[in-house]
Amino acid sequence: MTTTPTLTLDVARIRQDFPELSVPFHDKPLIYLDSAVSGLTPKAVVDRVSHYQSFEHTNVHRGVSTLSQEATDRFEEAREKVRAFINAPSAAQIIWTRGTTESINLVAQTFGRSKVGAGDEILLSAMEHHSNIVPWQLLAEEKGAKIRVIPMNDDGELILDDLESLLTERTRILGVTQVSNVLGTINPVKEIIRRAHAKGVPVLVDGAQGVPHLPVDVTDLDADFYAFSGHKLSGPTGIGVLYGRRELLEAMPPWQGGGSMILSVTWEKTTFCGLPTKFEAGTPAIAQAIGLGAAIDYIQGLGLARIAAHEHDLLAYATERCASVPGLRIIGQAKHKASVLSFVLDDIHPHDIGSILDHEGIVVRAGHHCAQPVMARFGIPATTRASFAYFNTREEIDALVSGILKVQEIFK
Amino acid sequence: MSDPRELYQQVIIEHNKKPRNYGDLEGCTHQAHGLNPLCGDDIVLKVVVVDGIVQDIRFTGQGCAISKASSSLMTVNVKGKPVAEAELMVDQFRGMIRGTLDTAVDPNILGKLSLFQNVKNLPSRVKCAVLPWATLHSALHGEEIVSTE
Repeated sequence: MTTTPTLTLDVARIRQDFPELSVPFHDKPLIYLDSAVSGLTPKAVVDRVSHYQSFEHTNVHRGVSTLSQEATDRFEEAREKVRAFINAPSAAQIIWTRGTTESINLVAQTFGRSKVGAGDEILLSAMEHHSNIVPWQLLAEEKGAKIRVIPMNDDGELILDDLESLLTERTRILGVTQVSNVLGTINPVKEIIRRAHAKGVPVLVDGAQGVPHLPVDVTDLDADFYAFSGHKLSGPTGIGVLYGRRELLEAMPPWQGGGSMILSVTWEKTTFCGLPTKFEAGTPAIAQAIGLGAAIDYIQGLGLARIAAHEHDLLAYATERCASVPGLRIIGQAKHKASVLSFVLDDIHPHDIGSILDHEGIVVRAGHHCAQPVMARFGIPATTRASFAYFNTREEIDALVSGILKVQEIFK
Repeated sequence: MSDPRELYQQVIIEHNKKPRNYGDLEGCTHQAHGLNPLCGDDIVLKVVVVDGIVQDIRFTGQGCAISKASSSLMTVNVKGKPVAEAELMVDQFRGMIRGTLDTAVDPNILGKLSLFQNVKNLPSRVKCAVLPWATLHSALHGEEIVSTE
């Protein structure tokens, strides 16, 4: 039998990079099937953050000390790593935020506030996370604008047949997730962007669940805004990214005011910095940004194509094994899916499933996944969700299925 | 929790499957809405109090087995009792879940409800077991909505 080592991850070796996987959990090995909620952090990232904080830390973009200059260099190198990772034209278009949620709020409160007026429309997809709904609802309420929704079918795929009629002359922005955090659906964002642009509508892509699974090229996508979080990408929490098209970012007013983001301040007038500093008031999350840079190095060392191939294998295996359990219904059966598997089981509530699986050492997410409109669309209060990453194995999926059978045994 | 079966005892599974006093209650004197938005437990509790006695009590809504069984067993246990006794049960149930009341040692009127004591070993589920009791407390005190998250 021939093998293709270039396409195979050495999962046994990779697992040694994660101290969390070696600590017993309820006296059992930890089976972490919850990377969609937050990725585990490899030791390389922890070490990089620790090294920075131990030996390199001071504030950035301040003063003339060598220490400050070096901290600034490390911080800006991380920004360049993000730029290259998503193929943005320039590092000036990479804005640090606290995460996807803050990135979207930034766009809603600056671009949105200056562009959206009474009677205007904001178009969102039916499978958005609350973080790509609520900031727009707040804006719509303030401005007297309307939210419209791109529907989806029973498999969890967006229905794009009528997209052009949803894109009206009042549509000011379209927000869509690249990958659904509940359904795993990979949306055709490039096509959506092309069609929106044909009607003159800019597009914000929520990439929180996209970047961990897919190679992302914001230039090829032609995205106007792309938002993601460090912690879903094996990086630290508290750091995220907003990419924006240069002319849009330049035209947008600042959001938060404060130190760092100014050129000059007098009692009469303040002049703001250019990109990206205009949007980065106050001391940033320096160690976290550098940690995200280290996470990108780690992910790229493994290879996104290899990660995708491994996760695809796990998803196919888990789908087949779970589908064979009587009473289990998979929610989200799109043709193109990332490694996220949501299900309902008989009439057992997901929190009961989650608690029993937890006792088996298996961590999954149970609940509405911050996507209540998706739950309403499928007529269910919650799902149990297993999500798979590059360090997971088929044996862990076997353990998940055994755990599910145990739940059924307790509830029979 | 050493084994989930210690919590998911047959009584709880059975009350989850066939909750008692489930449904709407017309002509109620007190009602409240218990809602845990993060976890999704959602109950509406309606009570008829006449002359200081809980004459009737019913609930509707959705939630996990723990919250549903807790709601069901609560209605069974407070129906027909004086309001003061129901309030005492609310306090004692909360105490048991918090670990300040040991049903095996401390005097109490919880009876069969003590089977929920294992919930205290499962901190993430405490809010599910307590929700109906917090909702009862709110209903009796004229508060419309309550959460235990």
